[in-house]
Amino acid sequence: MKKIKWVVPTFYIIFLMLPIYWLLNMSFKSTTEIINVYSLWPQDFTLDNYRTIFTDSTWYMGYVNSIMYTVFNTILSVSAALPAAYAFSRYKFLGDKHLFFWLLTNRMAPPAVFALPFFQFYSSVNLFDTHIAIALSHCLFNIPLAVWILEGFMSAVPKELDETAYVDGYSFPKFFFKIFIPTIAAGIGITMFFCFMFSWVELLLAKTLTATIAKPIAAIMTRTSSTSGYELGLLAAAGSLTIIPGAVVIYFVRNYIAKGFAMGRV
Amino acid sequence: MNKTYNQKAWFFVVPVFVLVAFNAVVPLMTVVNYSFQETFGSNVFAWEGTRWFKQILHSERFHASLGRQFIFTFIILLIQLPLGIGIALTMPKKGWGVPVCLILMSMPLLIPWNVVGAMWNIFALPDIGFLGNSLNSLGFDYNFTQQSGDAWFTTILMDVWHWTSLVVLLSYAGLNSIQPAYYQAAEIDGASRWDIFRYIELPKMKKVLTLAILLRFMDSFMIYTEPFVLTGGGPGNATNFLSLDLVKMALGQFDLGPAAAMSLIYFLIVLLICWVFYSLMMKNEGRT
Repeated sequence: MKKIKWVVPTFYIIFLMLPIYWLLNMSFKSTTEIINVYSLWPQDFTLDNYRTIFTDSTWYMGYVNSIMYTVFNTILSVSAALPAAYAFSRYKFLGDKHLFFWLLTNRMAPPAVFALPFFQFYSSVNLFDTHIAIALSHCLFNIPLAVWILEGFMSAVPKELDETAYVDGYSFPKFFFKIFIPTIAAGIGITMFFCFMFSWVELLLAKTLTATIAKPIAAIMTRTSSTSGYELGLLAAAGSLTIIPGAVVIYFVRNYIAKGFAMGRV
Repeated sequence: MNKTYNQKAWFFVVPVFVLVAFNAVVPLMTVVNYSFQETFGSNVFAWEGTRWFKQILHSERFHASLGRQFIFTFIILLIQLPLGIGIALTMPKKGWGVPVCLILMSMPLLIPWNVVGAMWNIFALPDIGFLGNSLNSLGFDYNFTQQSGDAWFTTILMDVWHWTSLVVLLSYAGLNSIQPAYYQAAEIDGASRWDIFRYIELPKMKKVLTLAILLRFMDSFMIYTEPFVLTGGGPGNATNFLSLDLVKMALGQFDLGPAAAMSLIYFLIVLLICWVFYSLMMKNEGRT
């Protein structure tokens, strides 16, 4: 029985890895080889695709742009959500339930609905084609999610912790930063993971809000594939490189995922 | 937890409120604005009342894409939930297998959506893709760019690949929060494997599964980038889901009025379904 159990996750992981392997496989081939020869591994191993990306600034700046707005959005979302989640988990106040539901409705809004108004709105406040614009626009769905997750973690912390700290003469800011935040560190880790994830993978808004300066890597890929006659090898290499930041983030939060998930609402 | 009344808590909520309102209110009002007007370009608008809403609600095109959207979301939930729970149940609970499983399974979640589409496009191409080539050499007549059945199959398979891990992670977290005492009690009572699942594991996973269903419903109902890159809505209109249709109308044909009306109807449908589901779940919570 014990041995049979391994079969299901193993097959699932193989299924997950196959398309990723295929993309990697393609990225080490030249475009002519991809089109003409079908093979399970590169016959004529080449790093040319990667060389192109790392030497052409329109390519590698895409990665820099993506990482910049993603990190900025993660910091912004989590630091705004922290006090709000604390308020929701500890206090009742006028309109709290409605406010909470209203926040969540923004997570439900299809980005396609907002694409055009966002373009006009950010153009009119002179933020079009900046990293700040994308980071701010991604707050639309990341802040509600961050508040939701953090509120779950904070509610799991007994209120006695707050009261004991006040009795011991802690001021609120001192308590919040010295005691409370370390207590829910795992929750903050998970929240940052989710914010990073949803900001990193989103394309529609990021593409709509940028032209050249802040263009994310994902948008550069779509442009290049259509103008220069479908450079499959290059596309595969660029795609493979987009997996790396995600993999790095997962590696850092790997211990928190299992533990943190179990603790909080998520 | 017993919460205390404190109106000053609003100060804590202000940053979040400002940031989200900045993004939500103005653009949403823009959409509402367009939905009642006819635009002639260069900022000339004329009041149209509810004409666009009537037009959308009666248009065959909207009915078709809405229908496709519902079928797609239904199939996705039907496959991903049982599959995700099943995988979570069979995952190792301790040892080196845990981080390996978690890291490898989270991978698809962190790949940009258009890369997912492009990856599956390359993977499924009938001549040079592994999936397409294998299926064809096994004797299936498979070509997702020309046959609508194959396009559906590929889109669903892609979404299963992309998002089942989210259900797995959430269910796994739910399972991990069950204390060993429950299992010991079940063993003493001589409960079967199915009984354990039905009466211990499933109720304990209710919260995370609610979240999983909500997230999967919302995201599959809003799916845009992946099918856009994979099939572009084709062949014909076979995989033309709501978001794809909406963007085609708004940016492709620049029919702002009807597109805005459709946006609002779309948003209201998502909102309504989530609200009904959420209140049903919460109501049950109160009773038990």
